[in-house]
Amino acid sequence: MKPAAFDYIRVDSADEAVAVLAEHGDEACILAGGQSLTPMLNMRLAQPRVLVDISRAADLVASKTENATLVVRAAATQASVEQRPRLADEVPLLRQAFPHLGHVQTRNRGTVCGSIAHADPSAELPLCVAVLGGEIVLRSRSGRRMLRADEFFQGPLSTARQPTEMVEETRFPLARVGERYGFTEIAMRHGDFAIVALAVTVSAAEIRLGVCGVADRPRLRRCPHLAGAELDAELDRFAWELGARDDQHASASYRRYLVRKLGRKLIEELQR
Amino acid sequence: MKRLAQGAKHRVELTLNGARRVGHCEPRMLLSDFLRQELGATGVHVGCEHGVCGACTVRVNGSTQRSCLTFAVATDGQSVQTVEGLTGSEGELSDLQRAFRRHHALQCGFCTPGILLSASEFLERAPEPTEREVREMLSGHLCRCTGYTSIVAAILAVAMERRERKDHA
Repeated sequence: MKPAAFDYIRVDSADEAVAVLAEHGDEACILAGGQSLTPMLNMRLAQPRVLVDISRAADLVASKTENATLVVRAAATQASVEQRPRLADEVPLLRQAFPHLGHVQTRNRGTVCGSIAHADPSAELPLCVAVLGGEIVLRSRSGRRMLRADEFFQGPLSTARQPTEMVEETRFPLARVGERYGFTEIAMRHGDFAIVALAVTVSAAEIRLGVCGVADRPRLRRCPHLAGAELDAELDRFAWELGARDDQHASASYRRYLVRKLGRKLIEELQR
Repeated sequence: MKRLAQGAKHRVELTLNGARRVGHCEPRMLLSDFLRQELGATGVHVGCEHGVCGACTVRVNGSTQRSCLTFAVATDGQSVQTVEGLTGSEGELSDLQRAFRRHHALQCGFCTPGILLSASEFLERAPEPTEREVREMLSGHLCRCTGYTSIVAAILAVAMERRERKDHA
């Protein structure tokens, strides 16, 4: 359980980070909080030749609101966002999701953008971005591009990021008037990766239901307001479309059951 | 920008429990191993080495973190507290440690240093915690002896003692 050898480069700015990535390409790996990456290094599932530590890059550590968006920079820790005094008003879904996201001790060092870049199919933050319609900003030395969740997440630990790009920002839309938000999760232990997690937004126009832990990436279903048997039928179709599989934690049928039951409970609570 | 080559040992200087300390390590050395092997802080216990069990939890610049998920070179110039830093100058136990003893909140003691550090940060942030909040904080630690009940009781007792002491002062 010791990492293979690597060169360590600590950068002081985003400019320096993308310059190092341009130099080393896919042999380099960004180290922000390391709460997902370091276990993979310790188990030697990842063996990059160069680690680029951005945790002290002054222009990457903040989060801020601008233009109805919460902008979280690459090195902002999950705890720093969780502790924003007005987070419950700014992005209520994040406020609800954070307690499920690892533990206090990992949120203190782990970053929001790191979890997004890692793209674990059971992770809560990719789910939140997908359900809220947020965006991911990728930056390389030649410029920036902004992707939606469905463009960015491509499979387990697989994203649209190119080797010379870093996830510079994750952008969450601020709470919209009249919209309500819900989050729930089943895990082996509080704070572990989700067996199934669901995030829901309900507005006057539609219901958006997101699920992680079942498909190979966070998946979103949009539908008009439904109730009773119609809602059950919609949830059942969605549960089957996710392509659930058995693993050591839960069977496929249990995962579909959770999507149907918890989905209905969450949606009905928010419709009340 | 700071570049440290693999294979070579690099100087790491940090504040450990209030004292300036210097050690040398390769970039790949975890903070947990650095604290134990280079600086002799063997109160840092190494369990799962992938961030699940919480035994290696220390405080870095005041916030509790997994030292097995942090590289020593990344903490250069920072301040680290281990369980050795909880006791007073004469080695007397802190109120938290006394409460753990009184409430039988440890048996084998392997998980205890990490839990003590998490509890110390937690009580600074949440001086009047509910049992549920204590249990949520504890979810980041595995204890195979106690069943957690006695740990929760010890932490809640310290919170109450500190409040009473403050009220009397």
